[in-house]
Amino acid sequence: MTYIVKPKNHHPLLEKNELGLTRRDYEGAVSTLCAGCGHDSISSGIVEACFQLSLESYKVAKLSGIGCSSKAPAYFLNQSHGFNSVHGRMPSVATGAAMANHELLYIGVSGDGDSASIGIGQFIHCARRQLNMTYIVENNGTYGLTKGQFSATNDLESKSKYGDDNLFPSIDLPSMAIQLGASFVARSFSGDKEQLVPLLKAAMSHKGFSFLDIISPCVTFNNHNTSTKSYDYIREHNDSLSKPDFVPLGKEITTDYQQGSSIKVPLHDGSLLSLEKLSEDYDPRDKITAIKSIQESQRDNKVLTGLLYIDPNSKDLKEILNVSDKPLNTMEAKDLCPGSEKLKEINSSLR
Amino acid sequence: MGYAEFSLSGSKSLLMSKISSINDFVIKFANVNGSGSASANQMFAKGVFRSGIPVSPKNIFPSNIQGLPTWFEVRVNEKGYLGRREGIDIAVAMNPQSYGQDVADLKQGGYLIYDSSWKRDFGRDDINILEIPLTKLCVQEFSNPKQRLLFKNLGYVGLLASILEMDKEIYITLIKEQFKGKEKLIEPNMKALEIGYKYAEENFKNLCDIKVKQSDKTEGLILTSGNDAAGLGCVYGGATICAWYPITPSTSLAESFEKYSEKFRVEIGTDKNKYAFIQAEDELAAMGMTIGANWNGARAFTATSGPGVSLMSEFIGLAYFAEVPAVLFNVQRGGPSTGMPTRTQQSDILSSAYASHGDTKHIMLIPSDPKECFDFAVEAFDLAERYQTPVIVLLDLDLGMNDWSSKQFEWNDLKEYDRGKVLSAKDLDEIEEFGRYLDVDGDGVPYRTYPGTHPQKGAYFTRGTSHDEYARYTEDGGKNAEMLSRLTKKFQTASSTVPAPAFNQKKNTSSIGVVYFGSTDCSMQEALDDLEEQNIDVDAMRIRSFPFNLEVWEFIEDHDLLFIVEQNRDGQMRTLLMAEGGIIPDKLVSILCFDGQPITASYITNKINAHISGTPSVAAS
Repeated sequence: MTYIVKPKNHHPLLEKNELGLTRRDYEGAVSTLCAGCGHDSISSGIVEACFQLSLESYKVAKLSGIGCSSKAPAYFLNQSHGFNSVHGRMPSVATGAAMANHELLYIGVSGDGDSASIGIGQFIHCARRQLNMTYIVENNGTYGLTKGQFSATNDLESKSKYGDDNLFPSIDLPSMAIQLGASFVARSFSGDKEQLVPLLKAAMSHKGFSFLDIISPCVTFNNHNTSTKSYDYIREHNDSLSKPDFVPLGKEITTDYQQGSSIKVPLHDGSLLSLEKLSEDYDPRDKITAIKSIQESQRDNKVLTGLLYIDPNSKDLKEILNVSDKPLNTMEAKDLCPGSEKLKEINSSLR
Repeated sequence: MGYAEFSLSGSKSLLMSKISSINDFVIKFANVNGSGSASANQMFAKGVFRSGIPVSPKNIFPSNIQGLPTWFEVRVNEKGYLGRREGIDIAVAMNPQSYGQDVADLKQGGYLIYDSSWKRDFGRDDINILEIPLTKLCVQEFSNPKQRLLFKNLGYVGLLASILEMDKEIYITLIKEQFKGKEKLIEPNMKALEIGYKYAEENFKNLCDIKVKQSDKTEGLILTSGNDAAGLGCVYGGATICAWYPITPSTSLAESFEKYSEKFRVEIGTDKNKYAFIQAEDELAAMGMTIGANWNGARAFTATSGPGVSLMSEFIGLAYFAEVPAVLFNVQRGGPSTGMPTRTQQSDILSSAYASHGDTKHIMLIPSDPKECFDFAVEAFDLAERYQTPVIVLLDLDLGMNDWSSKQFEWNDLKEYDRGKVLSAKDLDEIEEFGRYLDVDGDGVPYRTYPGTHPQKGAYFTRGTSHDEYARYTEDGGKNAEMLSRLTKKFQTASSTVPAPAFNQKKNTSSIGVVYFGSTDCSMQEALDDLEEQNIDVDAMRIRSFPFNLEVWEFIEDHDLLFIVEQNRDGQMRTLLMAEGGIIPDKLVSILCFDGQPITASYITNKINAHISGTPSVAAS
């Protein structure tokens, strides 16, 4: 979304992953978002996660709706196909795409206006259908691209930059996602890469609907001292549940945990998500605990982050609909067309 | 003989006038909806069809599940005229709620059949009344309350078989077929049929002068609905994904795709599906899924009606501008707003042709019978992929939901799908550069790639915002104008390959042309024959697609006066012809029917006659 082109020559000593690629190979175009925008940190988090997972970019499809957040897919994974669709409708486009070819990794990037207002119906039903995708909401509590109106995730007590009161309570997307059947639900903060990157890696490796609500401050319209989505507020109120560590298939766990202080969740692809507990006794495999803890943290003016809920044995839409393992978009007439003999039978059955 | 106690009531019909005809009549069933009548009425129609006479059953139903009046009209016509015809010859009045209207609609000398368990004086002595105490008979024969109600329907089918002198065996076979696998139901159904048949044999011998005589006019025909045919066409056309939201009258189209997919699209060995059938949360999502799937290289479609098209319009614009194929079936119903959801109209011509904001135009295919619904469904996927754009197939309720005596479906096993300009990994390696929206061939149609094709080449960013040839965001107005002009060029390219109009020009000498489309075809065939008999010479053209191709313009050019026959209020096709071809308005005269009932031949001929007699100069030329 810019006319500035990044240089193609990289330093020869840049770190390489298993595919021999550097982080630069996972980048996108130069961002045109405001300097300091949380969304750019998330984009670099996605770049880092894909680099570390040694993903093949061309096997990833990135989709978005409309808004500042939805511009972001242009700023990572240059070699992936992208689809900037219409406002609030990314989930349906992703659903169609994923049904056409389940072999790609689908990353959806949405915002709080996109997912909590205009597209809330699609968000709900996409979670309910358990589409196999990573669904990211870059949550800044404001409509940035139209210059600072409140969004539905803005907290009731959080005033606008100009001192206006917010009249309505906020919608908590992670609680909704858990209740709707999402099988991986996390909240994170764009400014906490240590937590964000392993969560992204785990989300991308999880089969089913992986939802990440990432608080991503809007430096221009919602970063003032009466905002509850400012950098300062989140840093002060961040209540991190656990320190996640993503261990890919075939790799050893290198971090030492004290006995009983960590939870290990195996993922579908054989990788492992290890969670070092930081605070209370919290088992993210328990839906009821998850919802209760989110409610309690809201009551206590805390922002609960980390992996909130996971169902490691979840199904996904393809499985639920019993769709063929051969991607539908690779099927040809010989796979699909019943032919003239069958049509003759149909003709005679209609007489 | 067992019914003797009721039989004296059956003879009230010895009156002066009786309609007399063989294989040419209209019968109207009046029922309460939710009482199981539709399947019995359908069976009656199928029995006539199997007797070798073309039929056109039309279900005239309320937007309701139980308790309201519903009608089922069957036109029987050996000549094969399938359009609706005014005037009822036989009324099977099974709903006291609507007796008044049902009796009033009956032609003089017509036959009224009603349930005389509760006797009635209808105040007409110019009709023949056949009284059968159906409720009493069914109460006598069946103990189950549900069956007592349900079997009244087959009872009158039996009665009709007798008075029309049809071969009863046909209905016995139909019952056996319908309940194959549910053998327990065959016996009571047969019994119900027999109750009516026997009663009529004993009481109504020679009372009815309308007869069904075995014929051979259904050879090569099938009896099916446009929706069923279109759903089957999607299976044959290689659609793998159907995303839809229930809306009358399109629902049965999506369900037909599911029905045939369950039959023909299950992988041997794994039992997994070679299709995905997704009931979306609304029409917006249905269209989004359709676009997402097509973007990713699967043939996907949605089926909806007018209100759904309104909701899908934003997405249709995206698909048009970002050049993503999509197939949409719009089974039109009575509008505007919720309108008459269970009645027919052709009132979404303009909202389909120009669906969405900004400058948008869409390919439309307009079939006129179930065979063409099947063919155009297949064609729609080829066109959508060839031109990377939405294709809207316009049916209407009459064509979509009613059974038609249609030509058989045909398939050429050598047919290959036209997947359009899609670059493979090998293609990408061989070309110098890839620009998603580059007009390489000069036909306005660019090349596309599916996600996941090549590790380094062919990725691009699909967007609804203005973009350049390389799919890069741009706010350069000149570039945007260039892209829009290329889309116009693409549309012009399409105009030469969309289905050409069908002509009905017996002499091809008239200065008067008749232009029509879609389900009007059946009534038009009859109207044209009637006009010929009246020595009124007209040429006729059935439009089958949009953009209009050259032959449409030539036909209009070649005639001084054109009647544009449409089933809407505003003459939408006329507007479209004027807008697209710069036709002088005075040359195009609208004939419009928009009461929610299918247009009839007599309506068309009366309007044409009235106009011609008022404008002698044109008629004389």
